[in-house]
Amino acid sequence: MATTELTRSSRIYSLLHSRWPQFVLRALTLAGFIFTILSGLWGSRVGSHNFAIIFVWIAWWSALKLFFIPLGGRTWCSICPIPLPGEWLQNKGILRSRGAQTQPGKRWPRFWRNTWLPVFGFVLVGWFGAVILTSPQATAFVLLGLFLLATVLSLIYERRAFCRYVCPIGGFTGLYARLAPPIVQVMQPSLCAIHTPKTCYEVCPWGQYPPALKTSANCGLCMECLRACPHENISLNLRPWGAELPSAAKLGLDDIFLALTMLTTAAIDTVIFLGHWGVFKSAAYTVGSPAWGIFAASFLLITLGIMPAFYTLVVWIAQRMRKERFSFKRSLAYYGPILLPLGLMSWMAFTLAFASTKSSYLLPVLSDPLGWGWNLLGLTNRVPTGQTSSFSLSLQTLLLAGGAMSAVETARKLSRSKRESMPLLAFIASYAWIMMWLLLG
Amino acid sequence: MKHIKGMLLRITQPRWRAALIFILAAAIILGTPVPRSTTSTGQRYIRVEASRYAFTPEQINLSPGERVTIELVATDVKHGLSLDGYELDLEAEPGQPARATFVATQPGVYRFRCSVACGNLHPFMLGKIQVGPNLPLIRGSLLGAIAILIALYRPQHYDQSAPNGNH
Repeated sequence: MATTELTRSSRIYSLLHSRWPQFVLRALTLAGFIFTILSGLWGSRVGSHNFAIIFVWIAWWSALKLFFIPLGGRTWCSICPIPLPGEWLQNKGILRSRGAQTQPGKRWPRFWRNTWLPVFGFVLVGWFGAVILTSPQATAFVLLGLFLLATVLSLIYERRAFCRYVCPIGGFTGLYARLAPPIVQVMQPSLCAIHTPKTCYEVCPWGQYPPALKTSANCGLCMECLRACPHENISLNLRPWGAELPSAAKLGLDDIFLALTMLTTAAIDTVIFLGHWGVFKSAAYTVGSPAWGIFAASFLLITLGIMPAFYTLVVWIAQRMRKERFSFKRSLAYYGPILLPLGLMSWMAFTLAFASTKSSYLLPVLSDPLGWGWNLLGLTNRVPTGQTSSFSLSLQTLLLAGGAMSAVETARKLSRSKRESMPLLAFIASYAWIMMWLLLG
Repeated sequence: MKHIKGMLLRITQPRWRAALIFILAAAIILGTPVPRSTTSTGQRYIRVEASRYAFTPEQINLSPGERVTIELVATDVKHGLSLDGYELDLEAEPGQPARATFVATQPGVYRFRCSVACGNLHPFMLGKIQVGPNLPLIRGSLLGAIAILIALYRPQHYDQSAPNGNH
């Protein structure tokens, strides 16, 4: 499939080759991150008046799901501030790549070299989401916890173990980065074959070897390989959206579980944050109460029981229609790519609905970031109540219908016959319709 | 000329043809206007209780053209009620209900939201008013069905390799 070589442009190549542009962006995100933690800890306890809530869960979270991931894959990971101090400590310097001076860390345990920890992280976020998304202090403690964990893990384990195997945000970003256009590729593989030092692999914080890179799932787009290659043989390319579907997605069972968790949490978050059922909001918010206990148990049942069982049933029927004998475990992973466009588009539709009505909080909170009664920009007099516009509803409809269309196309490509793709189609249509009912109905 | 020829050639390819059909279907389904109802079909009074973080009733069904008086009653702290798509904004203190009247002229589904900061879940305190049939869901379901049919009937080769093959 046709790809565009971005780094053919000498300006883009220079921008990516120099450490400074990336460093400036990372320094800015780190400053914003520290300010967010401070405002969460010491600012107003009312979420809608605190920078930490509005900028993390409305501005950044929406930008991540609407722009960074669908268009740039793991682009955010390349400027994420969370692993930054840990990486500086590992490399014993701020503007240095991995090298002889780098602290040799332990290898990450084989048992955890998968996405089960991000799945667990997402279940935790789902359980406590109503509090984390509305309490500035809870948001600050979550960010601080991630920051400390990333730093400590960087001191013990080699490379970016936290980003690759622990971070819940990294988990789902990597999952959907498979659909996004950017990919790092080598121009002449033969050159790499004779270049024995493999400097690109040595400097890669993610432990990737560019000539073998078939997926963008675990490439953090940090461009260290491009800087280290003595032959200027590394390029950043743009491929058509969804180019990895269906065959090169290389999904494991852990990825399938993460994809199913993402589908479930998109629906549950829609019920809690955008639905009109007060009983669910109260239950999700009153952590520790019997109502919350029922919510947490139901969340677990749906995420770890009902949804995986529905998918398993669908795959079992599809496999029987294929009339071939092969491992059922492999089949579960084989049909998994249908979950990617469906999940990403559902998250985008949810985020659009969420952001379009809550974006009215952004400017007032800039005027009074800590909720202390300041009026720096003269905008804090009254926060306008957001509204769902017909344009936003139309976009949500397009995203959900487009996601279903792409998922069905993937199902067809994976199937040998229309008959085989029918159970997969039933799964896709049911989920897409439920999301439509929750968001539009 | 070459450029236009190239574009035409692209459009005749199955992938682009499918995208074009989807866009046309979306434009027709989402862009078809629904006539406003201007004739009054009746009058209703609805009492809406607001307490952290829910409205009761949380869903209200109306007929197009109905004239509705909403009374907002705050039961714990000060709350507001703002209705999407309509110029309706109420604020009520506990013990001091507020009233407003509007005519449900536009069929569709609308959210009403608390417009006064009442606590941490305030931005998510909302209810729903449905005027006539659930048009957004009908339009969405229709477009979803068409999208699936396009994907299903677009000419393409089915996979011939086994799952434990080169995937």
